[in-house]
Amino acid sequence: MRVAIVRFPGSLDHDSAARAVEGMGAEAVEAWHADDELPAGTDAVLLPGGFSYGDHLRCGAIASRAPVMEAVRRHAEEGGPVVGICNGFQVLCEAGLLPGALRRNATLSFVCRQMDLEVCDDGTPWTGGREPGETISIPVKNNEGAWVGDPASARVVLRYRDDLLGSTDRVAGITNEAGNVMGLMPHPEEACDPLLGSTDGRLVLGGLLR
Amino acid sequence: MTQVVVTVMPKAGVLDPQGQAVAGALAQLGFDGVGEVRIGKRIELAIEGDDPAGRAREMCEQLLANALIEDYRVEVPR
Repeated sequence: MRVAIVRFPGSLDHDSAARAVEGMGAEAVEAWHADDELPAGTDAVLLPGGFSYGDHLRCGAIASRAPVMEAVRRHAEEGGPVVGICNGFQVLCEAGLLPGALRRNATLSFVCRQMDLEVCDDGTPWTGGREPGETISIPVKNNEGAWVGDPASARVVLRYRDDLLGSTDRVAGITNEAGNVMGLMPHPEEACDPLLGSTDGRLVLGGLLR
Repeated sequence: MTQVVVTVMPKAGVLDPQGQAVAGALAQLGFDGVGEVRIGKRIELAIEGDDPAGRAREMCEQLLANALIEDYRVEVPR
């Protein structure tokens, strides 16, 4: 399994994402934002967290128009798995690969803490077979993590137990209609080692390796 | 070159926490009678060629504004 991890100027979580997928037995390769193609043999794509292009204009807006995103779009349209984490989620929404948009947290503050998430949809590969209603625990660290949109336009996969960020319907993670493109604000790559207090992130990242 | 001014504002109904925080600060300073405060951004563009306003609107549709959460206005000041 080759997982291409896209590096935009300002991506921060590239290395921890690579470590997480390699810990699950996959090979991590870098996809450069200015390239027209994904690395040869790419099976899955991960858009990591960070502050692509300095978050200028809007979070993820400039990255969503980067050359590599056309290749990501083709990969997604062919049914290939794609996950966007935090800033990566913002990029996928801005690119129109996922519905909705992300705006500033209702708290007006940077939120950095472990969050309990409710599994809402078990019909996708992104919850490791957990049943609706079960709780998983993954940290968030963001300033603009409130998803705004019509929940009916998305498959809601994960909801926050606590309405801390102010996202519509407590949405934490969604997929497209087909279920192969997933975006979430919490950081599964930071919850893949017992040392970090939770390995539930592996459930989500397992969706890349199906 | 034609100067074009684009104003991007959060849509009515979309929570603007930045505006709310500023409204709270104004009240604290004793400015009463201030209702809602909304904060957006102003983008100044120098555009070459014909129909600068039309091209600025295309730029808004493709990049400068997110139609889901933002409205925009294009002006060509005299």
